[in-house]
Amino acid sequence: MTMDPHAPRPSLLAGLTGRAAAIAAVVVIAASGLPLVLSNYQVGLATEVLIFGILAMSIDILAGFAGRTSLGHGAIFGVATYVVVYCTAQAGLPPVASFALGVLAATAVAAVFALLAVRTSGVYFLLLTLALGMIVWGVCLRWTQVTGGENGMRGDVRPVLLLGHHAFYWAVLAGAAIVSFAMWRFVRSPFGLTLRGIRDSESRMRSLGYNVPLHLFIGFTVSGFFAGVAGALYAMFNNFVSPSTVALAQSVEGVLMMIAGGVGTLFGAFVGAAAIIALENVVSAYTERWQMVLGVTFVLIMIFAPEGITGKLRNMLSRKVR
Amino acid sequence: MDRRQFLKTTTAAVAAAGLGAAPWRSAMAQAGPIKIGLLAPLTGVVASGGKEMVEGVQFYLDQVKNEMGGRKVELTIEDDASNPDTALQKARRLVEQGNCHMLIGDLLANTGLAVANYVKGTGTPYFIPIIAADDLTQRARIKNVIRVAGYTASAFTHPFGDWALKQGYKRIATISQDYTFGHEQCGGLAQVFTEGGGEIVQQFWHPLNTADFSPYLGQLAELKVDAIFAMETGADSTRFIQQYASFGLKAKTPLLMAMNGTDQSVIRTIGEEAEGIISAAHFAEGSDKAVTAKFTKDYEAKYGKIPSLYGFSMYSGMMWIDAALKKMGGKVEDRDLFIDTVLKTELDGSPLGKAVKFDAYGNPVYDVTIRKVVKRADGKYWNVPTQTYPEVGQFWKYDPETYLKQPAYSRTFQGIKKA
Amino acid sequence: MSLFQLLNGLTFAALLFVVASGFTLIFGLLRIVNLAHGALYLFGGYIGFTVATKTGSFVLGGIGAMAAIAAIGFVLDQGLLRFVRGNELRQVLLTLGVAFFLNDLALVIWGGDSFTVPIPQLLRGGTKVFGTFYPVYRLFVLGMGIFVFAALWLLLNRTRLGALIRAGVDDAEMVEASGVNIQRVFLFTFLFGSALAGLGGLMGGAFLSLYPSADAEILTFSLAVVIIGGRGSLVGVAVGSLLVGLLNTLGQVMFPELAYFVIFGPMAVLLAFRPLGLFGRAT
Repeated sequence: MTMDPHAPRPSLLAGLTGRAAAIAAVVVIAASGLPLVLSNYQVGLATEVLIFGILAMSIDILAGFAGRTSLGHGAIFGVATYVVVYCTAQAGLPPVASFALGVLAATAVAAVFALLAVRTSGVYFLLLTLALGMIVWGVCLRWTQVTGGENGMRGDVRPVLLLGHHAFYWAVLAGAAIVSFAMWRFVRSPFGLTLRGIRDSESRMRSLGYNVPLHLFIGFTVSGFFAGVAGALYAMFNNFVSPSTVALAQSVEGVLMMIAGGVGTLFGAFVGAAAIIALENVVSAYTERWQMVLGVTFVLIMIFAPEGITGKLRNMLSRKVR
Repeated sequence: MDRRQFLKTTTAAVAAAGLGAAPWRSAMAQAGPIKIGLLAPLTGVVASGGKEMVEGVQFYLDQVKNEMGGRKVELTIEDDASNPDTALQKARRLVEQGNCHMLIGDLLANTGLAVANYVKGTGTPYFIPIIAADDLTQRARIKNVIRVAGYTASAFTHPFGDWALKQGYKRIATISQDYTFGHEQCGGLAQVFTEGGGEIVQQFWHPLNTADFSPYLGQLAELKVDAIFAMETGADSTRFIQQYASFGLKAKTPLLMAMNGTDQSVIRTIGEEAEGIISAAHFAEGSDKAVTAKFTKDYEAKYGKIPSLYGFSMYSGMMWIDAALKKMGGKVEDRDLFIDTVLKTELDGSPLGKAVKFDAYGNPVYDVTIRKVVKRADGKYWNVPTQTYPEVGQFWKYDPETYLKQPAYSRTFQGIKKA
Repeated sequence: MSLFQLLNGLTFAALLFVVASGFTLIFGLLRIVNLAHGALYLFGGYIGFTVATKTGSFVLGGIGAMAAIAAIGFVLDQGLLRFVRGNELRQVLLTLGVAFFLNDLALVIWGGDSFTVPIPQLLRGGTKVFGTFYPVYRLFVLGMGIFVFAALWLLLNRTRLGALIRAGVDDAEMVEASGVNIQRVFLFTFLFGSALAGLGGLMGGAFLSLYPSADAEILTFSLAVVIIGGRGSLVGVAVGSLLVGLLNTLGQVMFPELAYFVIFGPMAVLLAFRPLGLFGRAT
């Protein structure tokens, strides 16, 4: 996938550790105060924003830092959701064990995807991950004995401690903060720098002696792990799973949030998730033609703000400064 | 667009009522309107059905001048997008943001089950005139999920199996969409039919939205059965009926269908291919009973189409809730009382032309009619009743306790008795 | 597999070919993965249905569908895609946005009922093929598939325009450097590919019917066809259609539990070993 030239260069992020930490702390504290001012329903939405933010971020690891956009992450996300619901509702496992198994399953699926996909790039990577996601969807739809088929599965997945809207929100916030930090460390690690090298020029990295497929494989699997965390949280959020959770639309939504937030900005994912979820909610309250509005927004973002909301803001700010 | 307009007029009506409130009403006024949240798929695969659900509700509210149990009604309509995740989100919005006193609606089983699981936690009364999953009134009842004017999927195919035996059919094959609604309807027929000595030769399960039925039709044609039972909904049904005719099976093997297969929402856009298909249901739009004829005529005059099961069920469901609200003076805030009252209330004056009440498990007991698709004088097709099984409950002729000991119908358990 | 099931697979493959050949032409030459192709199919079907019902002519329905979808293709290409040329990801997501829009618009215009394009009297009923009763219309679809293949083959191999398109698939910059206005060739291809989706919509609408979400199904099948066949290859799309059509039938008959897996499993494996598909070439 060709990278957008406007995407912020990594060096912009580097060297800001002190300030970044301060900003991060302020953001997390502000976010943890949200339930005090929001209604229950809005807290639910904010929880959803965090969960989908993690998904979008996991996609950004690949898209922004390895130059490969996946349309299969919704399926990886959904595998975790399925496994968590299955383990608690059908197998009767405790929530923590189910959660761990869900993330593990998603990581395993991601590893299989990665094995097949690392040799491709560009549009072919997009198509292959899309096709792999379709397989997962098909299995969830047809393997009725286990997945409940079209009807999906229900259960009381959420641990008793987190039953309240606020408690669950804070738990998800803490989780989101931890995985965000982990992802941030990951893309800034030497390994992450190698991924960026591959993004910018695969042939150069290869001639430098790097094992490109192996790096991509690991990058994909790690990204799948984080998508799995998001999916497992989603299981606890909804207490329910059905094939629409693993459908292509889920992947597309994740990618769209990632783009709306800004490719390669990592934390922009939360802004993107907030923007898309808010849009869906506000628009659907005023018109039943929300799909049309969403489609138009899609098109407009691609044409006018391909660098995403955070990217756009950053550009505008830097222009002012100059 | 309709919805916005409707909301506006509703709100205007509420405002007007509030402003010009007669003094005797002031006690009521402070209680405010009854807030009803309607969930319907206005986009997605079953969007046309969702639209008719909304029409059914509005048709009723128009007739009662937007007043139920002596209080104004504030209706909020949300699109569940034929998607359970969306349904869940919208249900949250209606309950937590909109403070709705009750929810009603959803069409697809997966959306309804998702919402049912959610209201289990909140205690909000949730009415399901369309969601037919057996276990909601059998093995997995939720107190506040109530099947007003709804039905249990297998309840109508039990007598249908009996009817098939009486036609002298010995061998039947079934084809069905592969999800609970299909498993349950096929299971009902298969159990009664095989217990009476019939044979289910083969059962085909295909995914929803099967583009091309020809591979299945080819296999069905080779089976040489006395009749074929098909359980299809929406676009699948349209396609199935048409391909069944175009492959020449219509002339050879009688087609029996689940009631949703020959619903108006399906046969309205197809023609003679649908003629002669038999189904079993509580409602037949072509019935010559006076109330049914009037309902059909008025509905047609208003919306330009013969009412479907969706429109009928939502209309009757609202009527049932209204009857309960009238009984208890509109005090919808007392949830326990409300739920108990609904369960004890009879549905009278509905287009069915006969009073209906709940059984001990919260499932309505109906007269089930065997219906046949025939051409009306004006060239449109509709379902006309040919025979009636009176007072059919969800357990057919079985003892409820024994029946509940057998597993729920699924792809692996169809209640088939081996000869 | 019986002759009957073979014919089922072949007729479905023929429809897929018509739809997917438009997809692959655009993908091959313009490098655009047009995820709105399914929506164009559905829209074409609806327009064809309306025209055919109003005029009573199936042929007029076909012309109407193709013309209208070519017009939508024009707006899509010149009005929207021109702003994101050269950026694959943005193109893909833009077309997806357009698909959302078109699907919802179709729901507004035609409602959600399922419609079937009326089949002309001539093509109704059935006939015996080697002793097997088979609907005439489906044989017509098979014929149309072969006809479109032949026409495309002639266009690509016997005309100057076709030579340009083929050269453009391999190296568009080279063609431009030789003084040809490649943009015109691009535009023609886009309109032509879109029109094929419209034609497919009319053909499919008469035996698979038209309903919300029909677009996603046909798009999924088309993607599989193009991925298997390889970008921009006419033979590839023909082979891909046959494979997917036959696998679909075979899957439904033999492994109903695995309906989707039967198509997408082999496709994923194939892609892992031949990332460019059976007949795709690196650029």
